[in-house]
Amino acid sequence: MSNELLRTPLYDLHCAEGGKIVDFAGWEMPVEYSGIKNEHLTVRSRAGIFDLSHMGEFLITGSGSQKFIDNLVTNDLYRIEDGQCLYTCMCRESGAIIDDLIVYRFSEDRYWLVVNAANRDKDFAWVREHKPEDVTLEDVSLQTALIAIQGPKAQELLQPFTDLNLQNLRYYHLAEANFKDLKAVISRTGYTGEDGFEIYVAWDEAGKVWQALRSEADCLPIGLGARDTLRLEAGYSLYGHEITEETTPINTSLGWVVRFTERDFIGKEVLKAQKEAGIETAIVGLVMEGRTIPRSGYTVSADGEVIGKVTSGTFSPSLNKGVCLALVKAKYKAPGTHLQINVRSRQEGAVVERPPFIKGSIVK
Amino acid sequence: MVIEGLKYTKDHEWVRLLEGDVAEIGITDFAQDQLGDIVFVEVPEVGRVLAKGEALGVVESVKTVSDIFSPVSGEVIETNSKLHEDGDEFTPELINESPYEEGWILRVKMSDPQEYKELLDAESYKAITEEA
Repeated sequence: MSNELLRTPLYDLHCAEGGKIVDFAGWEMPVEYSGIKNEHLTVRSRAGIFDLSHMGEFLITGSGSQKFIDNLVTNDLYRIEDGQCLYTCMCRESGAIIDDLIVYRFSEDRYWLVVNAANRDKDFAWVREHKPEDVTLEDVSLQTALIAIQGPKAQELLQPFTDLNLQNLRYYHLAEANFKDLKAVISRTGYTGEDGFEIYVAWDEAGKVWQALRSEADCLPIGLGARDTLRLEAGYSLYGHEITEETTPINTSLGWVVRFTERDFIGKEVLKAQKEAGIETAIVGLVMEGRTIPRSGYTVSADGEVIGKVTSGTFSPSLNKGVCLALVKAKYKAPGTHLQINVRSRQEGAVVERPPFIKGSIVK
Repeated sequence: MVIEGLKYTKDHEWVRLLEGDVAEIGITDFAQDQLGDIVFVEVPEVGRVLAKGEALGVVESVKTVSDIFSPVSGEVIETNSKLHEDGDEFTPELINESPYEEGWILRVKMSDPQEYKELLDAESYKAITEEA
């Protein structure tokens, strides 16, 4: 693998806009433009646009696609129909989480797997290794740009650019549609806790989508910094933080994407045994009582005993408080439980709260 | 922005010499811009004796935590009450808005005023920020 950093088709536009560029999962990505707080609060009150072209997309086609993908993922692919998306984990036999991803079903024999940028090579190798003869697999990541528009005004702001009636596109549904004169895939998905859409277009066309939303719809560009604070307030897990190969969906509060029906899938035996034995750990939301800010890696204690650690923590721009997600022993997961977080050798009080920490505009 | 007449460190603190060998300390405009929105500051207790180079507290932005290192040795005689986490006037964004004036962090009675003289001048510090 080369050490050369990759750039999305919008890189020059990010620089021109004053975006601060950082290395993220091998990509040069904007972490902030006008300031994380401003960007964050704009998404909560109006809408913002995100360049997510670094995300990976695998195209899977062929008559055996449904059975093949269903066997790779913990959620039940037979639950969705054409035009639907499914959030799921993909595990090893040991139950270890390889990645979390979204499956897009275009038809019974055509799908996308949308995966984390950091895991693209690992995921592709895993999927290819298991691929049967009657399935074709292609990594279309570098042909596929992704721009998200998120916020309570997302539908209103996006509607003028597409003939698709967005009102009729339900949560976790997708449509092959147009953006102006461009071919696009539009899904009602996101990672902010707000209503919103993800727009996939050909790599070289991304600039047209971005500039239309930026100039004509006056959408504020949002960097990865606010993307992280937004998802944290919404209580969404992030690969490398809440979700790792060191744990399983059952023990990270992702049991809801593991379906033990008749179907067989990789990792089923271990995960089923874990579930039957009772969960050991859980991801909980914690809100700080004082003004300190919990950060990833800080230890969490109850009555002087260490019972877990912070997996992601930040200052919440909406609540003006420190909030975090933490992996703790399951018996401490009840909302209202008082715990302590070790912040620079001081024990700071925090209370378990069920995320989302905010009331977003998302319509499920 | 770098201000003439202040001294600086390569860790992006500034020092203003006040009467009676008192050093007023803050973080530079470059530092606050790199950090982004500042949301928490941990200041040392008044009376604490600092050694030059010692971590005396932290500045936290939304995205990260950054140590503040003492540019000089001496005793903390005052801290900016607007940065006190338990205070009613808690406004850490002052460091973003006015890093060299209202966003000052602490004042130290220097035990070795010679250390002040050895700090970077504005021109040398500016060169560091331009390299970064």
